[in-house]
Amino acid sequence: MLDQVFVLLKHWLLGYSPAAIQPAVSILLTIVPILLVFPVLFALTTVLERKGLGRIQNRYGPNRVGFFGILQPLADALKSLTKEDIVPASADRAVHFLAPLVLLAVAFLPYAVLPIGRNMIAANLDAGVLFFFAIGAISELSVFMAGWSSRNKYSLLGAMRAVAQMISYEVPLLLSSIAVIMATGSLSTVEIVEKQAGFSGIFPHWYVLTPWGFAGFILFMISATAETNRSPFDLPEGESEIIAGYYIEYSGFKFALFFLGEYLGMFAISGLGITLFLGGWGAPLPFLTWIPSWIWFFAKLLGLIIGFIWVRGTLPRLRMDQLMSFAWKFMLPMALVIVVAAGAWRFLPLGLTRWLVSVAFIAVAYVLLARGVETRNKTAKRIYRFAE
Amino acid sequence: MRPMSAAFLILAVVTLVGACAAMMLRGLVHCALALAVAFAGIGTLYLSLGAQFLGLAQLLVYVGAIAVLIVFVILLTRGGDSDSPPLAPAALPITGILVAMALFAVLAWAVLHSFAMHPSGQPASPVTVRQLGTDLMAGYVFPLEVIGLMLTAALIGAVIVAMKEKQGTQ
Repeated sequence: MLDQVFVLLKHWLLGYSPAAIQPAVSILLTIVPILLVFPVLFALTTVLERKGLGRIQNRYGPNRVGFFGILQPLADALKSLTKEDIVPASADRAVHFLAPLVLLAVAFLPYAVLPIGRNMIAANLDAGVLFFFAIGAISELSVFMAGWSSRNKYSLLGAMRAVAQMISYEVPLLLSSIAVIMATGSLSTVEIVEKQAGFSGIFPHWYVLTPWGFAGFILFMISATAETNRSPFDLPEGESEIIAGYYIEYSGFKFALFFLGEYLGMFAISGLGITLFLGGWGAPLPFLTWIPSWIWFFAKLLGLIIGFIWVRGTLPRLRMDQLMSFAWKFMLPMALVIVVAAGAWRFLPLGLTRWLVSVAFIAVAYVLLARGVETRNKTAKRIYRFAE
Repeated sequence: MRPMSAAFLILAVVTLVGACAAMMLRGLVHCALALAVAFAGIGTLYLSLGAQFLGLAQLLVYVGAIAVLIVFVILLTRGGDSDSPPLAPAALPITGILVAMALFAVLAWAVLHSFAMHPSGQPASPVTVRQLGTDLMAGYVFPLEVIGLMLTAALIGAVIVAMKEKQGTQ
């Protein structure tokens, strides 16, 4: 009952609307909650992030507005609304105006295929995962639009960095999802979640609890961090090197829109990670299934967000060459090995053999690849090509 | 024939406007962005026709990769200034007219011979991604492998070209 409360609420509201406009009302009732819930989550996350980072850095964080600074996002929103909207004189006005809008539209679209709870999905597409990545690819273009139209060296540098990084890390992101798609035999997000339902003993059938799934999940989350330009992959923004990257020339509410778009992208990709590896809205233990499915989804989402914040407060930023060599020399071959390991897992008989084979594949690949990355960085003689 | 739906009309207008803008705008980057709009319009047209995989692949490959590639090439070569001189009027308009007429003839022939003009009873059932994958891996595996080999060769060739350039500068 409580599990389906939102679905029932929607049908109850639909019953009151005239039959002629029912499809439109149905669409509205599906979209508006998404447009409301995730920005609110964004507001909560900004407080959580500033508080958490403050705790990590031994300071208080926001503590003036409201109780323990909980109303800080409200103050931030008012501030960004009242700020002047400055457009550089030499900027390309049309593209400069469109870039944040495109980014935000693209940030909202992936939620259409995320199953937030049982029967709670906006559009159950046959190729849901593909939809997610297709929409994600457009965001690269919006980042470029922002960086290029500002007519600023730093913003263009930031945009080029962002696009290069997003393209590089999209490859391991897609490949690690392919392992799950192979195991499920479907691109539909709903079907992927349903395949992970059920328990053996007290362990759920989540893909993260298989050797290839565990490695795949870690690769997926690393690529997700890079895709959303979060620390330690925040080179496109790098405050200390290129000030703020591609949105340096945005002020007032447009800047807030960029901020919102970035966080929405982070939530969406975390949601996909939950769907693919963490059993979607499924409960982690068999005796906890009475808790509504949507609570599980948001609990897992909050867990991943806290992980993101923790990583941001802990790790230093990578260098550009480290970033690229990590993507192409470690992540890509590792993701390919995971695909092979997932295939072996699928066709070997149940039991200890497939665990051993799968673990062996991944462990050997990890040791060899990690060693390769390490020695190359240590023993390479530094060559000065330009400073002589 | 069925009347055109509002969605189709909107998408067609967006696609055509994008394509025209890609041809006529001055700034190269603007042209590239307009081309991305046209690509996205075509992708959503496929989606509205029920070809999910095709539409999404179009978005992923053309908008996500090709458009970004074009933008990169523009930035790396000419700087994409919008002050660049307008495109010179075609020296031989007759060539353009001939090409356009030939293309129109081919497309008209294809449309006239397609099943849209000769409906064969019930409409075809929508193709699922699973069917596409099975066909690609079973029936069309040879073309797939050939294309894969070709792309690998192109990739290696690109790497070799890039390496030679690096040696030359040192």
